[in-house]
Amino acid sequence: MIEALRSLFPAVALESVESIDQQTIRVPAANLVEICRALHDRPELGFVLLADITAVDWWPREPRYDVVYHLSSLTQRLRVKVSIDGNAPRLPTVQGVWPGAGWLERETWDMFGIVFEGHGDLRRLLMPDEWEGHPLRKDFPVQIRLRPRAEEPLQVTEEEFRANLARDKAARADAPGKPGA
Amino acid sequence: MDSNLVLPSSVVQRPASAPLEYDPDLPVLTTSVDKLVQWARRSSIWPVTFGLACCAIEMMAMSCARYDIARFGAEVFRGSPRQSDLMIVAGRLSRKMAPALRRVYDQMPEPKWVISMGACASIGGVFDNYALVQGVDQIVPVDVYVPGCPPRPESLIYGIVQLQKKIASQRA
Repeated sequence: MIEALRSLFPAVALESVESIDQQTIRVPAANLVEICRALHDRPELGFVLLADITAVDWWPREPRYDVVYHLSSLTQRLRVKVSIDGNAPRLPTVQGVWPGAGWLERETWDMFGIVFEGHGDLRRLLMPDEWEGHPLRKDFPVQIRLRPRAEEPLQVTEEEFRANLARDKAARADAPGKPGA
Repeated sequence: MDSNLVLPSSVVQRPASAPLEYDPDLPVLTTSVDKLVQWARRSSIWPVTFGLACCAIEMMAMSCARYDIARFGAEVFRGSPRQSDLMIVAGRLSRKMAPALRRVYDQMPEPKWVISMGACASIGGVFDNYALVQGVDQIVPVDVYVPGCPPRPESLIYGIVQLQKKIASQRA
């Protein structure tokens, strides 16, 4: 399989990584999307399922992060690793290849702060929206002491309450299918 | 039943020497409004369904046939906080869940009580990290803490009985 990829991309340095359970290759970040496209589209490869995207923080090693893509075809599995730099880590999105990559990339950004360029909806997935920092980074304080945030109950004055009631009543009167209307 | 209740005549035979103003044939019980109201409240505790983690499994076991909290008048788990008066926080509370827990609590009508079930809900348990609230008493006021990891159903029943005693001692 790796030989097939090498013949497809003769100019790209594809490094086969030693692993005990499934084939693993390390690809350069610049060629990630075209290699993923070939892995998905080529009938002899056929990795139609992107099972997971995650990352490994090797701090203080440089390049600091490994982003890991777990791919699955009907007959075999493949792990694709991309090493990226610790300062402003960024990668292109693979949403164009596997549409389901969106949430996986959101999670990886949430936990590691790796920006996926072209994602378009890179919001927090697991942490609260107002959270600061990326908790699975090795330099994040795990036993952080923060007051938990809980919203205050909505306070409504009597005038607002009566206005709400009147608006609700008017909406009911206008609704179609009202008996007697 | 409270000790100052007068039992009806079917239970107590009228002694021959009883004074005339005491008529056990009257079908009447005397008590105070406080005691009657709190007796009604504590005998019909409806918990809101708020299972968060593995403690919820023990909570479900407690409500099912083997342990059966219906014996203590607390069997109806409600899906809506507006029909409930007890929240059993069963499991670890994440920071992201904290606003939702507070909102459920705020939607419950008064009077309302909270049981913090298990080590995680009470103090964070083994999870001393960024993701979890270290004790739900930072979010809502807690009446009874039930220790255990997770507590056995008997422990939670004991907690509910303690809560019933607490309700009985409160003013209506």
